[in-house]
Amino acid sequence: MLVYLLRRIAQSIFVALAMMVIVFFGIYMIGNPVDILISPDATPREIEETMARFGFDQPIYIQFFTFVGNALQGDLGRSFVHGESAVTLILHYMPATLELAALGLFFSVLIGVPLGVYAGYKADKWQGRAIMTGSIFGFSLPNFWVGMLLILIFAVELRWLPSTGRGDTVDVFGIRLSIFSENGLQYMILPALTLALYKASLVTRLARAGTQEALVQDYVKFARAKGVSETRILFVHVLKNIMIPIVTVLGLELGSMIAFAVVTETVFAWPGMGKLLIDSILTLDRPVIVAYLMMTVLIFIVINLVVDIVYTILDPRVRVTGGTA
Amino acid sequence: MSVLEVHNLQTHFFTDAGVVKAVDGVDFALNEGEVLGLVGESGSGKSVTGFSILRLVDPPGRVVGGHIMFRGQDLAQLPEAEMRRLRGNKIAMIFQDPMMTLNPVLRIDTQMIEAVRAHEKVSAKAARDRAISALAKVGIPSPAERLDAYPHQFSGGMRQRVAIAIALLNGPDLIVADEPTTALDVTIQSQILAEIQELARDTGTALIWITHDLAVVAGLADRVAVMYAGRIVETGQTDAVLTAPGHPYSVGLLGSIPGHGQRGERLTQIPGMAPNMAHLPPGCAFAPRCFNADERCRSDAPGIDEIDTGRALRCHHPLITPGVSA
Repeated sequence: MLVYLLRRIAQSIFVALAMMVIVFFGIYMIGNPVDILISPDATPREIEETMARFGFDQPIYIQFFTFVGNALQGDLGRSFVHGESAVTLILHYMPATLELAALGLFFSVLIGVPLGVYAGYKADKWQGRAIMTGSIFGFSLPNFWVGMLLILIFAVELRWLPSTGRGDTVDVFGIRLSIFSENGLQYMILPALTLALYKASLVTRLARAGTQEALVQDYVKFARAKGVSETRILFVHVLKNIMIPIVTVLGLELGSMIAFAVVTETVFAWPGMGKLLIDSILTLDRPVIVAYLMMTVLIFIVINLVVDIVYTILDPRVRVTGGTA
Repeated sequence: MSVLEVHNLQTHFFTDAGVVKAVDGVDFALNEGEVLGLVGESGSGKSVTGFSILRLVDPPGRVVGGHIMFRGQDLAQLPEAEMRRLRGNKIAMIFQDPMMTLNPVLRIDTQMIEAVRAHEKVSAKAARDRAISALAKVGIPSPAERLDAYPHQFSGGMRQRVAIAIALLNGPDLIVADEPTTALDVTIQSQILAEIQELARDTGTALIWITHDLAVVAGLADRVAVMYAGRIVETGQTDAVLTAPGHPYSVGLLGSIPGHGQRGERLTQIPGMAPNMAHLPPGCAFAPRCFNADERCRSDAPGIDEIDTGRALRCHHPLITPGVSA
């Protein structure tokens, strides 16, 4: 297990390095930050000084190695706009996004798994068909529209939940989180539901397909022959078998939920990383964009690693021992 | 006393290609502690008969007629909730492929304890103790430790022993075993056969042993019922049927066992193929493959005739005469 983990971490480092190259050169190609940083009526001397201060006068490969060198020390540059370290800036906005994504993920499992298992169990009955038809809406309705609709219904008409902003936060180990305060949680429900709708449909479909496949297996018939109840068959025997594809997809989707919650965060004016990214792109705040992308890569790598570890909990057959990975 | 009496059991499959009468009027009875060998080719309806008794036939199949009297209760009419209480408790089943019957992602203890607790309110500890003694009974070494293992950590033979132990957990009156040794190699097969025989004798459990292998039946069963195309064509005491088969199909089955004839002699085989169950011939289903068939066989289906005590045949031209067989 340890060898396997080390090998996975080594692989991850290579992925991170490759991403550094792509991100750095990709961002270098768009726009010239000097245009934004320096006022048009600056003297050539001022321009040169600024260029030198940010290192733009160096050849691109030198800039790249400086970037990598700093990155390895956890320094991804200073925001041109905020003057703060880009990493600090992102870390400041990250908890809001992470907690939103976590709640969204929770909702999508809570809604998707039981619906999918039930739809698979009743595949040929009207209940199963109705759930499948419903999931098509979950797939095809655009995020911003769902968000606005939820605001209209639950905030404007029914006045049950607040529409925008973040609400109260609680300090947990120095991190500001809303999820642990009642008021903050109320603010999270609508955006989290918006994020969850698409994933829930995805989970529903995966769970249904898996359930249908599992139900015809001999072990289900044998469990029935033991006199085990249908509920236990569905939620122990079947569920544990179908969790592997669901965890895989949810892992990847969690990454995308964290990295690309941009639209939902904008609709609900949620002060997360997505909003920071949009603002940084508009102002060509290169270090923040680069730092954001690098953090995203890091998040994906960590999630994939966690998914692999979760596999070994779910499926004893992939549990590896010693060096045989 | 009879544990099980099956009368005119009919299980049909409603497919797009038509109604397949997989089991079409099967009758048999089973006494306490008795072992019945249910023999036939693939597709003869022997497994479907077994699943019908537990009411575990998969759709589009359905028990459409007949009575399955188990200790005076008609299982064919029983509500599903009561049927569930019988399954694994009074009537247990062992499946053909041990690699597929245990859930790969659940530990053995989970799968055994749930079988106990589905029927009795006992503590997890008590259920676990019972699982340990069941595993010991079927010859699994250090059962307490093996209980924490997953199915893939067992060999095929060991997995089948676990399945047998699960069947024995609640001390059933009847076990339906659907070719449980077919997927195992010969030495394991004979070990397991010997163990089952002993267990059935010790506990007085009645056993329906479904197989295509007459050699297995010879050593195990008290009585044998030969099935062809969804019907029982011959039934009787095992010795009687094996030494003096009365139905041409039984003769064919016996002739196709290797080692039965002289060395160097060709094995006899039954000509033709098992019939298409959706389109059975009008007369005797076996007539197209029978060496003894005439016009009557091709037009009228024979009924089942008891030619001797406990000996019945479904044939217009039985190969034995009444009174001589026993």
